Amino acid sequence: MSRAVAVAGTGKADRRRLGATELVWLALVGVTIIGAILVALDGQNLFSIANTRDVLSRSSLLGFVAIGQTLVILCRSLDLSVGYVMALSSLIAATTMNGDPARVPLAIVAVLVVAGAIGLCNGLIVSVLKVNPFIATLGVGLIIKGYLDTQYQGPAGEVPSSFQQFGFSRIGPVPLSTLVMLLVAVAGILFLRKTRTGYHMFAVGGSADVARLSGIRTGRVLVTAHVLCSIAAGLAGLLIAARFGTGSALVYNSGYDLESIAAVVLGGTLLMGGRGGIGGTIAGVLILAVLDTVFNILAVDPFFKDVLRGTIIVAAVAIYARRQIDRKASRIRFGGDGGSGGSAPPGSPPDSAPGDTGDPVPAGQGGAR
Amino acid sequence: MRTTRALLAAAAAAALMLAACTTDEPSDTAAPDETAAAGEDPGAEGEEPEQETADGEFFVRADFDRQLAQRDVAPEGDPATPWLQAIEPEYVDTAQYAQDGNTLCFSNASVSNPWRVTGWITMQQQVEVLQAAGEIGEFRVSDAADDDNKQISDIQAFIDAGDCNAIIISPSTTATLTPAVEAACASGVPVIVFDRGVNSDCMVTFIHPIGGYAYGADGAEFLVDNLEPGSTVLALRILPGVDVLENRWAAAQEIFADSELEILGDEFTGGDGAEIKNIVTQYLQRGEVDGIWMDAGDGAVAAVEAFEDTGNDYPVMVGEDELSFLRKWQETGMTAVAPVYSNFQWRTPILAATMIWAGEQVPQEWVLPQDELTEDDRDEFLDRNADMPALHYAKFGGEDLPGFPTAWQDR
Amino acid sequence: MTVTTQQPAQGPAPQRSAGSRAGDLLARVFGGGSGTVFALLIVVFAAIFIVNPSFAEPPSLMAFLKQAAPLMILAIGQYFVIVSGEFDLSVGSLVGAQVVIAAALIDGEEGRTVPVILLMLGFGILVGLINGLITTLLKVQSFITTLGMMLVLYGAIRLWTGGAPTGALSEAFRQPGRGGIDLAVVRQLPWALMILIGVVIIAVAVMRSSYGRTLIATGDNERAAGFSGVRVWRVRTLAFVISSVLATLAAILIGGYAGVTAQVGQGMEFTAITAVVLGGVALGGGRGWVVAAMAGALTLEALFVLFNQLSMPSTIRPAVQGVIIIAAVAYAARERARPRHHQEVPSQSQSNEA
Repeated sequence: MSRAVAVAGTGKADRRRLGATELVWLALVGVTIIGAILVALDGQNLFSIANTRDVLSRSSLLGFVAIGQTLVILCRSLDLSVGYVMALSSLIAATTMNGDPARVPLAIVAVLVVAGAIGLCNGLIVSVLKVNPFIATLGVGLIIKGYLDTQYQGPAGEVPSSFQQFGFSRIGPVPLSTLVMLLVAVAGILFLRKTRTGYHMFAVGGSADVARLSGIRTGRVLVTAHVLCSIAAGLAGLLIAARFGTGSALVYNSGYDLESIAAVVLGGTLLMGGRGGIGGTIAGVLILAVLDTVFNILAVDPFFKDVLRGTIIVAAVAIYARRQIDRKASRIRFGGDGGSGGSAPPGSPPDSAPGDTGDPVPAGQGGAR
Repeated sequence: MRTTRALLAAAAAAALMLAACTTDEPSDTAAPDETAAAGEDPGAEGEEPEQETADGEFFVRADFDRQLAQRDVAPEGDPATPWLQAIEPEYVDTAQYAQDGNTLCFSNASVSNPWRVTGWITMQQQVEVLQAAGEIGEFRVSDAADDDNKQISDIQAFIDAGDCNAIIISPSTTATLTPAVEAACASGVPVIVFDRGVNSDCMVTFIHPIGGYAYGADGAEFLVDNLEPGSTVLALRILPGVDVLENRWAAAQEIFADSELEILGDEFTGGDGAEIKNIVTQYLQRGEVDGIWMDAGDGAVAAVEAFEDTGNDYPVMVGEDELSFLRKWQETGMTAVAPVYSNFQWRTPILAATMIWAGEQVPQEWVLPQDELTEDDRDEFLDRNADMPALHYAKFGGEDLPGFPTAWQDR
Repeated sequence: MTVTTQQPAQGPAPQRSAGSRAGDLLARVFGGGSGTVFALLIVVFAAIFIVNPSFAEPPSLMAFLKQAAPLMILAIGQYFVIVSGEFDLSVGSLVGAQVVIAAALIDGEEGRTVPVILLMLGFGILVGLINGLITTLLKVQSFITTLGMMLVLYGAIRLWTGGAPTGALSEAFRQPGRGGIDLAVVRQLPWALMILIGVVIIAVAVMRSSYGRTLIATGDNERAAGFSGVRVWRVRTLAFVISSVLATLAAILIGGYAGVTAQVGQGMEFTAITAVVLGGVALGGGRGWVVAAMAGALTLEALFVLFNQLSMPSTIRPAVQGVIIIAAVAYAARERARPRHHQEVPSQSQSNEA
């Protein structure tokens, strides 16, 4: 498989970019086919309406978070506070609505403002105070946790039934929440492709120093990514409120921080930034959702699920990496600096659109951050 | 380029669908719809907003008083099978659910702690017995790994599959699964909820031991009775924000408030032995600790060891019916009590499902007995469970099942 | 060739005078990124002593060091991985897995203690090798490799034991974490403390050896290290193995200290990484001092003690912890931004931004 991919990767740069996302979607198709065969052997149909619905509804919540996470990871940052933002957002939504349908818009605005403000903090701490994003977002997460634990002893607030439809309505086989998630994804893709800030995210992730030298305000781009990421987590919190009918602080225990990062990486976005996209992330999220559904149908032991999930994520990234090594062989690059801000190497200029020049690939495979 | 255009088209199509959908909304979704005709569907009866969460405080005096009183009520039924006993039952007719189908679906919150693992084994053993007898056909299980959202999807998947003849739900969090459980009720399948409840009474039966207030009070009262006035007590809790655990602590606080005991503090440990030992050690460095109250017995042994390692006298201890603690208790002879959150409740929902299919009456709220384990019956339970692993629960109630004892030993 | 040019710079420590070494040490302690952590450590300890003078008594200090030793050892292991430019998220799960393995295999039989400990070390090495080889040879980012390993270990160990730990630890197994030598003044000199001191000495020695310098060079600039003849994959894989072996050691101490619970080890990877970063070690590699990383762990443990001594409501503690961590790391980052390293090119990293 990797060989075929390598051949495909020798085309024009533009084609190669498409290839990265295509590979992920190809993986999704592969996983779906294998899953369908396994499910069929069990005498059931993975493509039945009920199971299709199940896959889609499982993808929506993680989808929101992963879309936002993609943006920060593209900028070579990451966000470990998303789980806490989700929990806080669900509580703000539910307590603001308090069962009154008229207060739904107010609640949505409140959630987006608060989430955006948290994202602003994250972004400023990372870009201005120069705190490593791992620590910065972990710390902000802990601060939110402290607030949640002190303030809420359990589920609180009440979501009116009209807003619960966001979590439970379906159009045909497609849950409303999944549709909204896909719309957000489309908006995100357009943002990355059609706006200047979107372009710049690739450049900042590729090499912040080079981006800065070519006149990009890297700090501003990074902050924008963090704000958008937190807002996406806020949307996820709204969905939680709709599905739970109330707000719940315990959501932060569900591991959406690491799971969203896994989904993004599974979607082909490089953890050290500069390359990838939301299209791949959605495929990554869907792969995880298909796995979930298949495991459920086959009644796989919940602990075996973890083993499989861990193995699949690593295997997938290994395959992507193999593909990249093949590409790198055909392209001489100078050393990246592992993100520690020492000597800035003359990399390929990222000032033109990331689509048609070489994408700035940091050389250090593991110099994550 | 081409993909961008395709995406734009997709976006437009999605937007159109979205616009179209708002008119024909909740036909089959069975989302809880409290404005809709309240009398029609079985789920609409208990719709009043939950009282517990209204003020964010997890103390409802009426529930507290009721649970404390229930401890002294003799349960109906044979004491040899406590999992079939019921306290003050109000029976409901289930003739409408009588059927020959026997596919049983179970949405489990998780098996992420030893208490749930023990119960889960017991439940599987009970199912095997009934499967052998032909009363249960397929037993379909999904495990949500403590994720409320996943459990909502799991329940929806059961509803959508359409071939469950009964759905058993062990909710991961009380309030958050209410809409999903109501949707399950509205699908017409008999729904059985056990362990933690939901803010609805649409299910056929809700099975649970007396509850968290009684659990918390059992331990707190023991400390009040066995400690001199003015003694110091440290409270160890697992996590904040879990309502069932908040109930235990709220009850304990209520009892302590009327006593002369001094509460040194309440600390969260995550149920991790090392953390428990750290915290207790630190309190012992600051001064005397005469009693320990815990909201769950996980790691009680580590707390006791902290006293041993620092050379202090054993405290008056509140543990749980977990064997590691009972053994330590027997070995050291300290003054202790083991409140019980009856693990045998995991058998009841399975039996309830077969009763419902047979059209037999079941209690609408099936309150199981919940008797603390005291020094008097400790040795008896230890003998009974002599070969069981340390993290097994004494009152698991599976001794008469054919898999005993190996099923619980070889996990 | 590289060997000859580096030889003078490698000048073995004994050649220097004691005075310059002390000055060196002082510069390390209070300069650079690690200065913050020692200052913070002193402040936290001072605060604890003020709040509760009895904490300064030797028995209390010994008890504190006994409980802090596992995290400190874990942080040392994490340091090796981080300084080489990688992450190890699997250590928390590994600690949990090892304790459960120990309990299940020993099953209360004293005679099995030593064989099982050897087996655990073997398992630790295996996990480290897998982490390292997947990261270096298959080119999977270590964040993902070790995240995958974390899931696999978490699931596999519970799959094996059915969700709850089985068996029991032997008394002998519990000794290193729980016991010690009974002495007059300190009440008990914990084995854990002696093991910790041993680990620190070895770690410092390793970092002073050519391997240590190679490791830092690899973390600083993988390419350059590769060009100068370093076999990057071997260096990094060894770092992962060290981390896993030290996690195994931490597991032995934690299991010994507190016995088996289902939750043991959970979340320790984040605490360990936080500790290392708090110690001024740069995520991304190439910079940091192993003793400072260990001091970071000690500071965190001391902070938890301080919270406790202040009777701070337990729900608010995470928030305070978050603020302190961010502030400390931000302060250290500010220190580091000052032009001090003349051999590095300072201009580009100094440029202003929005």
